[in-house]
Amino acid sequence: MAVLHVSRKPLTFAERTYIPQILEGLKITFKRMIQPAETMEYPEQRPEIPKNYRGVPTLVKDPNGREKCVSCQLCEFVCPPKAIRITPGEIPPDAPTGHVEKGPQAFDIDMLRCIYCGLCQEVCPEEAIFLQNQYSMVGYSREEMVNHKSRLYELGGTLPDQHHKWDKKKAAEEHGNAAH
Amino acid sequence: MLDFFFHWPLWAQSAVKGLAVIAVLFPFAAACSMAERKICAWIQGRPGPNRTIVPWLAWIPVIAPFLQRLGLFQLAADGGKFVFKEDPIPGHVNKLYFVLAPILAMIPALTTVTIVPFGAYFNQAGQLVPLVLANVDIGLLAVFAISSLGVYSVILAGWASNSKYPFLGSIRASAQLISYELSMTLSVLPVFLWINKPGGAGTLSLFAAVEAQSGQGLHFDSLWLGIWMPVSAFIFLVALFAETNRQPFDMAESEADLVGGFHTEYGAFKWSLFFVAEYAHMIVGSGVFTLMFLGGWNPLPGLPLAAVVHGLEHWISWASHPAFMGVLGVLIFLGKVAFFIFFFMWVRWTLPRFRYDQIMKLGWQKLLPLAIGNLIFYALLIALIDR
Repeated sequence: MAVLHVSRKPLTFAERTYIPQILEGLKITFKRMIQPAETMEYPEQRPEIPKNYRGVPTLVKDPNGREKCVSCQLCEFVCPPKAIRITPGEIPPDAPTGHVEKGPQAFDIDMLRCIYCGLCQEVCPEEAIFLQNQYSMVGYSREEMVNHKSRLYELGGTLPDQHHKWDKKKAAEEHGNAAH
Repeated sequence: MLDFFFHWPLWAQSAVKGLAVIAVLFPFAAACSMAERKICAWIQGRPGPNRTIVPWLAWIPVIAPFLQRLGLFQLAADGGKFVFKEDPIPGHVNKLYFVLAPILAMIPALTTVTIVPFGAYFNQAGQLVPLVLANVDIGLLAVFAISSLGVYSVILAGWASNSKYPFLGSIRASAQLISYELSMTLSVLPVFLWINKPGGAGTLSLFAAVEAQSGQGLHFDSLWLGIWMPVSAFIFLVALFAETNRQPFDMAESEADLVGGFHTEYGAFKWSLFFVAEYAHMIVGSGVFTLMFLGGWNPLPGLPLAAVVHGLEHWISWASHPAFMGVLGVLIFLGKVAFFIFFFMWVRWTLPRFRYDQIMKLGWQKLLPLAIGNLIFYALLIALIDR
């Protein structure tokens, strides 16, 4: 490839006095100064959260108010920084959702460890854990930065569910596959 | 009330005047730090400090939110913080000089104000009297002599800190100060060649400099010296930037390569004294520039303050009162000074810093010959005019 030699032009006298450049710079900064500020005044103005944003991980309930997590612990195993700690528990057989059999007894996410990678959401077979819109997570102590189960449900709320997997399973159990 | 004041013994009058000037200058210098933050923010497209408010002042409807947005209360918060926070003295410093340096920074900064007139009024005998703490004949020379003492505080601070970056910063600052002092002094010589007409009593007083720009109407005397001697004004302004260690000549601090320059080891109140001293230097420097090149307290070229007051006398009976004229003059003067303070900040947030060798080259190889040439040119011109 041909090499292009670009000769550097010598500076003109005006350029060597710095003055035209300084005046030009002053003009630019003055124009900038009288324009309104670009920044967002944070606590009052909130940024618009894009779709599929990965905020604080939360647990969600299905539209019937049933907790979706079945404590399979896949998220605990996949979590790269080991932020999730689940203590599995049993659902008593006489409960309305007794056929689900398992639910988390305790579900802690240590937000000091969480890296917001979203692998837990990706791996969850029950669509029970979601990284939602909350982006600010603050606390006064290490203990406060650990989200316990109740807090996780409080943050997560209820999300619409297309499958109603466990309702279908119950129906199949009671009426056989003919129901579908 | 004024008559009562004038019957006081001279020392009491001087003390009250001096305290009044310090009481204005000190908050003014502190307010500059706030203005600096706001102007910097606006230039960078940010709102700047706009949250601080005194709780019970927040109840005032329109004014309080406006002042809050302007960041005025941040000033008090910053000041209070500097007074009350821990004042560390590092173990490796020379304690006496370390403590002495910020005090030495404040003294020349506040002393130079005594020689700067900021207004004028007609006394009962109809003479124009300057509003100044000490109307001495050596005027400008005293300003130069005292303000260059300010570099001692920088040298002391750098040396007493016993640490390499402050030391480098202080050496750079002193070299820079010496280099630009020469051009600065040479640039004002034509001004005083012009003011001291042959046959008159010689003076270096700044009041005389304003007098020489107080001609009325289309007269040669009514030209402000900044218009009549633009090169002098330009050299003086550039040297002023260098003397006050402002960007683009911010060699003493140059936080990019020297941490914080000469005040790296300082904190809390001592650091804030350096800060206030820097702004006080800026204010006095702008004041001297205004007096010598921009007509001092005269509102427009060809329209001196005296003419304004005499014109107003037809409309308002108390316009000729000394207090009115004094206040009007001070306001016009402070307005010009405030513009220059703004200009200093505007330039600071526009330009990058010069390299050290560029500063030396500019000072010795460009400004100094220009100042000498300028002096020779005006000496010949004034000789021709005054012949």
